[in-house]
Amino acid sequence: MVDNNMRLGFYKEMVRIRTYEEAIRRDYHADKAPAWDIGAGLIPGEMHLSAGQEPVAVGLCANLVQGDAITAPHRPHHLALAKGVDMKAMTAEIFGRTTGLGKGKGGHMHLFAPEQHFSCSGIIAEGFPVAVGQAMAFKRRGTDNVAVAVAGDGAVNQGAFHEALNLASLWTIPVIFVIEDNDWAISVHRDTSTPVKHNADRAAAYGMPAKRVEGNDVEAMYAASKEAVERARAGGGPSFIEIHTVRLWGHFEGDAQAYRGDELAEAESRDPVPMYAEKLTNAGILDAATDAAIKQQASDEVEAAIEFAKSSPQPDPSDAYLHVFA
Amino acid sequence: MTATTADTRRVTTAKAISEAIALEMRADPEVFVMGEDVGPYGGIFGSTGGLWDEFGAERIIDTPISETGFIGAGIGAAVEGMRPVVELMFVDFFGVCMDQIYNHMAKIHYESGGNVKVPLVLMMAVGGGYSDAAQHSQCLWGTFAHMPGLKVVAPSNPYDAKGLMASAIRDDNPVLFLFHKGVMGLPWMAKNPRSIGPVPEEAYTVPIGKAAVAHEGSDVTVVSVSMSVQHCLDVAEALEGTTSVEVLDLRTIAPLDRDAILASVGKTGRLVIVDEDYKSFGMSGEVVATITDRDPRMLKGPVQRVAYPDIPVPYSRILEYEALPTRDKIQRAIEEVMKF
Repeated sequence: MVDNNMRLGFYKEMVRIRTYEEAIRRDYHADKAPAWDIGAGLIPGEMHLSAGQEPVAVGLCANLVQGDAITAPHRPHHLALAKGVDMKAMTAEIFGRTTGLGKGKGGHMHLFAPEQHFSCSGIIAEGFPVAVGQAMAFKRRGTDNVAVAVAGDGAVNQGAFHEALNLASLWTIPVIFVIEDNDWAISVHRDTSTPVKHNADRAAAYGMPAKRVEGNDVEAMYAASKEAVERARAGGGPSFIEIHTVRLWGHFEGDAQAYRGDELAEAESRDPVPMYAEKLTNAGILDAATDAAIKQQASDEVEAAIEFAKSSPQPDPSDAYLHVFA
Repeated sequence: MTATTADTRRVTTAKAISEAIALEMRADPEVFVMGEDVGPYGGIFGSTGGLWDEFGAERIIDTPISETGFIGAGIGAAVEGMRPVVELMFVDFFGVCMDQIYNHMAKIHYESGGNVKVPLVLMMAVGGGYSDAAQHSQCLWGTFAHMPGLKVVAPSNPYDAKGLMASAIRDDNPVLFLFHKGVMGLPWMAKNPRSIGPVPEEAYTVPIGKAAVAHEGSDVTVVSVSMSVQHCLDVAEALEGTTSVEVLDLRTIAPLDRDAILASVGKTGRLVIVDEDYKSFGMSGEVVATITDRDPRMLKGPVQRVAYPDIPVPYSRILEYEALPTRDKIQRAIEEVMKF
């Protein structure tokens, strides 16, 4: 079902996302020294980067079309990029410029790209009911579009998570719930917060098919998403997918992660990008020259987006008063 | 024809609201209703009476008790261009779903730089006076009006209710439609005569953000909203020939019609505010600030506020009526400002 062309495509998209996060990380920290001030610099504010979680976005979004919706959480860049959100407009938003998705009003936790039906929210699990509503609209209009709600494993103990699963199953809504289990809710480990080992088990309580994807495997994520998306498009209602992924960096940039101890080194050994490169190389799908070209292409695109953002105008202070009401 | 039906046909506010929703649903297939007991029951306070019979379960959707879930779903449907009318039975239940209201519904348009609209109506029953105690009797319009990005309306009579509901459904912003149980004309509550009134059968709108002079006068301005407007009108009529009372029915709390307040107080120089919502940090203070920000010299003397004291709503009828705005309190407040 996954051919070598698709594998190469998955790898390219994972590299593209990683290159993006590395560049944002570089520029985020570039002008905060010597005295750390989270609000200083060209990219101010909290920054939650998704390095390590690329397989989730890439495997999922390979099954989605432009008319499908995603509600993403506070760590949204991988999902936005894989969904097809314009990289330049998204980067300009992160830099707070007028050319950004929200004209500098939203920032990196509040990216809205209505053409791609993409949004994200900084409130844990609260995007789940919104995705249900988007999918309700698709169903009422007789389209075969689906909505996907994505959040981390910390989201599963929120009321909004359970209310959304119940509504979606009750009303046979074409929505897919995806939990990115990266083991950590900021500094609280999954075992400290959640009594069941796999959250996929919880879907049974809502009469919903569920799958747990192990190994941060982009191809397995693709297959699980394909089954869920096809079921939803065919009128079969919601599905639940949990993928065991990895948060390579801090919860936010500047997070020293002392709480992770030895686990951090172990997590770094599970970096999905070099692992997938090795797999494709061993299978004869990827060679050094192709790999270098993929990385160069990603770098060119990302640096162009950052240049676009940096050269875009800052908002006028009076813009603060616009867009309260439509 | 319009004049005839308006002159002769009298309906309750509950009927006026459900009629407005029905008219909008017939005209626009994107409008649907969702909430607890909005289906065959017709809404606990009658706001969706008869709609299920006409439109069926596909468009009049009874929900589980999952306010975060179904309000969030309403937001999702709205951002995709539908026009959901969602009922949160009692305003007091806002506590279990405030994130969807405060952090999502109110902010999405702004955060998106104007690229995403949320055309959603959130209906809620407000108000006390029937011993439903602290968790089922609040008004809370000040709580919602405090959050930028939400429009907040609260009609005092059937005509305004129908027109404001039509405007709310057609508005591209989230509109919180707060109906006081006392203005609904319910057969199982105290009978307030002004809760039944002339309402045209056809569709019409009452603009959001525009107050109405409900009773013209020249001695004192009484600013109020929702159920309390009915009490103010009773007092104004009783004082005719003695004191000329101008009753300003705000109809919309946010955005506040500051021009109407300034115009009326500019004329009378005396101000009483009657507010069933909590006194401190709320609507009554905002009305005063509207005057004092412009020119405190507009006032001949101190302002009187007949507002809910800063206590939770008590259960005992004696205790509750100690706190509620009543005709007696309104009249005494008018007498106070007339001393200057």
